[in-house]
Amino acid sequence: MSDREQLRQEIDQHLEAGRWNRAQAGLERLWAEHAGPALAGYAAAACERLRGPLRFHPLRVAVLRSFTVEPVLPLLRATAAVHRLDLTVKAGEFNAYAQELLDPQSWLYAWAPDAVILAAETQSLAPALWEGCGGASEIRSTVDRVLQEYCEWLRVFRSRSHAYVLLHTLEQPAQPARGILDCQAPGGQAEAIREINAGLCRLAAESAGVHIVDYDGLAANCGRARWRDEQRWATVKLPLRPEGMLALAAEWVRYLCPIAGRSAKVLAVDLDGTLWGGVAGEDGPDGIRADREYPGIAWWNVQRALLDVKGRGILLAVCSKNNREDAAAVFRGHPEMPVRLEDFAAERINWADKPSNLREIAAELNVGIESIAFLDDNPAERERVRRELPEVTVIDLPDDPMGFAPALRACPELERLAVLEEDAGRSRYYAEQRQRAAALSGAASVEDYYRSLRQQVEIAPVTPATLARAAQLTQKTNQFNVTTRRYSEQALAAMAETPGWDVYTVRVKDRFGDNGLVGVMITRPWPGGADAEAGGCEIDTFLLSCRVISRTVESAMLAFLVEECRARGLAKLSGWFLPTAKNAPAADIYRKHGFEIAGTSGAGTHWTLDLARAAVACPEWIELSVVPRAGHGAPLRATPPPPEFIAERANAQ
Amino acid sequence: MNSPHLDGVRRIFADVFQLPLEQIAPHSSPETIPAWDSLQHLNLVLALEEEYHVQFTPEEIERMLSVELAAEMLNGKCVASKVA
Repeated sequence: MSDREQLRQEIDQHLEAGRWNRAQAGLERLWAEHAGPALAGYAAAACERLRGPLRFHPLRVAVLRSFTVEPVLPLLRATAAVHRLDLTVKAGEFNAYAQELLDPQSWLYAWAPDAVILAAETQSLAPALWEGCGGASEIRSTVDRVLQEYCEWLRVFRSRSHAYVLLHTLEQPAQPARGILDCQAPGGQAEAIREINAGLCRLAAESAGVHIVDYDGLAANCGRARWRDEQRWATVKLPLRPEGMLALAAEWVRYLCPIAGRSAKVLAVDLDGTLWGGVAGEDGPDGIRADREYPGIAWWNVQRALLDVKGRGILLAVCSKNNREDAAAVFRGHPEMPVRLEDFAAERINWADKPSNLREIAAELNVGIESIAFLDDNPAERERVRRELPEVTVIDLPDDPMGFAPALRACPELERLAVLEEDAGRSRYYAEQRQRAAALSGAASVEDYYRSLRQQVEIAPVTPATLARAAQLTQKTNQFNVTTRRYSEQALAAMAETPGWDVYTVRVKDRFGDNGLVGVMITRPWPGGADAEAGGCEIDTFLLSCRVISRTVESAMLAFLVEECRARGLAKLSGWFLPTAKNAPAADIYRKHGFEIAGTSGAGTHWTLDLARAAVACPEWIELSVVPRAGHGAPLRATPPPPEFIAERANAQ
Repeated sequence: MNSPHLDGVRRIFADVFQLPLEQIAPHSSPETIPAWDSLQHLNLVLALEEEYHVQFTPEEIERMLSVELAAEMLNGKCVASKVA
């Protein structure tokens, strides 16, 4: 029996016995080794059984297209399942993307996707340009027309939907009509397509929730000769070969993972054989390899990739079986290595087993175990972590170390749709956090500690500059989060522009440094609706990053809300606590501040505060400042918001 | 005629249509498998091409209207089967 058949039988047995994590691990291996159209159906059927018990992240994806995309979809679902995404995918009609975007009655808006992929190809958008007919002025007008069309499609789409949009760049023809003349003078085919692509990138940069998929770059990576199949295009309008289809499915998943919130926050890295070649304890600082020559270049590349990942705001941690002094000696002895010991936010260099160390790293950095990704050259260690900590993202590495860095860079759980100021400085916050911990252990009382921090809390209405960070906080904050409602930038902008709704951001500084933007509050009229009883304010969202919890910042935030409601002459402030597996740290907030239970539902508890009798004060050790609103309803984005999120939220309760 | 590829081909059909292997007979065709539409036909072709490292011409694809026919076509195209 072939290896593939054996793996299938094992997966089937695990599925039969309800050993979901083992089945998932088997599926990951099967797909890594045999991904393709022949296995896609089997993988999709397995995914169907795993998505419930393993709680895959659900995501609805609409694919608007100019070609036969259907054979790509089973590959997409299987690739997504390997990364624990439960995709519901719907493809638009062949070549109907423009009508589907422009027509308010189209299925697209009724279906309400989370993400829309606009997979239009050059030959459909600009047939003359693809074929290379026409002179310079015709080419010029084609470039302008295509960009204007995209601009209009996006404008119309955004007026009706908050969904993420993924725009494909336009593909270059492998053989320009004018041959080598094409790039000798202005007005060539390649130049025109590059101009359109640059215009699309500008358009995406200016629009919230719009991202570019470099379809042309993907074709180039794959090799244009292996990418297209002109015969299949002519017969069934399928332009891609299976290799290209697989590459496209994998590329889409790199975007869909962060969109669905499947993101690692910490990358835990082994040392010997992974960060450098050789064994620190045996080869010593002089014997290990991580330099620009072969074979050290393999590990040099791993280290550079690690720094790139760190630059996206992902924390690095060491998880290595070593004597700490041996490991430290390697870092000391190789000052030219890209990665320094200081680049790691946490380290476990000891002889304990790796699952225990990973649990400790997660606890120390205050993240869930599912937020950890693990990089180790030893297949046995990877297998053990997979077995004992199935939630951890284990990055598979090939036998050849030259393949390590490319495997690391291909991991979709390490992708980010945007990098914010807070992300880039994240490692520094953790260093400051260690100083705070030292201050706490040295303080006589917890109040003394609060006083010694000299905290400054600034509450401000959300602005275009803070919108992305506010959305990121709603998507990533699990612990101190009363309702755990996830919002996109687009949705937050629409809320902030709706009369009666307010979106506030909270910035916290103290004597150890600036924690940055770490809190979000969203309030709306209560109970809502035009004919509702007047006089209440409902807290839709109240969250604080784990960076600043247990420092009474939430009391300052509630004190602000109470003052704000009183100034508006309101009688009640209310809010739901919706328990999750992780938000116990926020469970007591309403009771502690004098709220009373107003009702309960299967989802949680509704708390209310009588503002006439409330006594919520800002703690004396916090200096609170409030940035006044610039004027309500000032647009955050150029496009007007639709009101449907209010209905969505009401239903969600 | 019994093609050496028949069992492998049946398995591919079962996977593509997500049906139990027992429901795929040599004479199974678009008339007996309701899910066998033009798009699934394309998925079948792609799966067979990948599995057996072959390419079908548009004419062959048009004629490939039963499990048996697919297995026979493969017979003519490849000597050794990849699947044990």
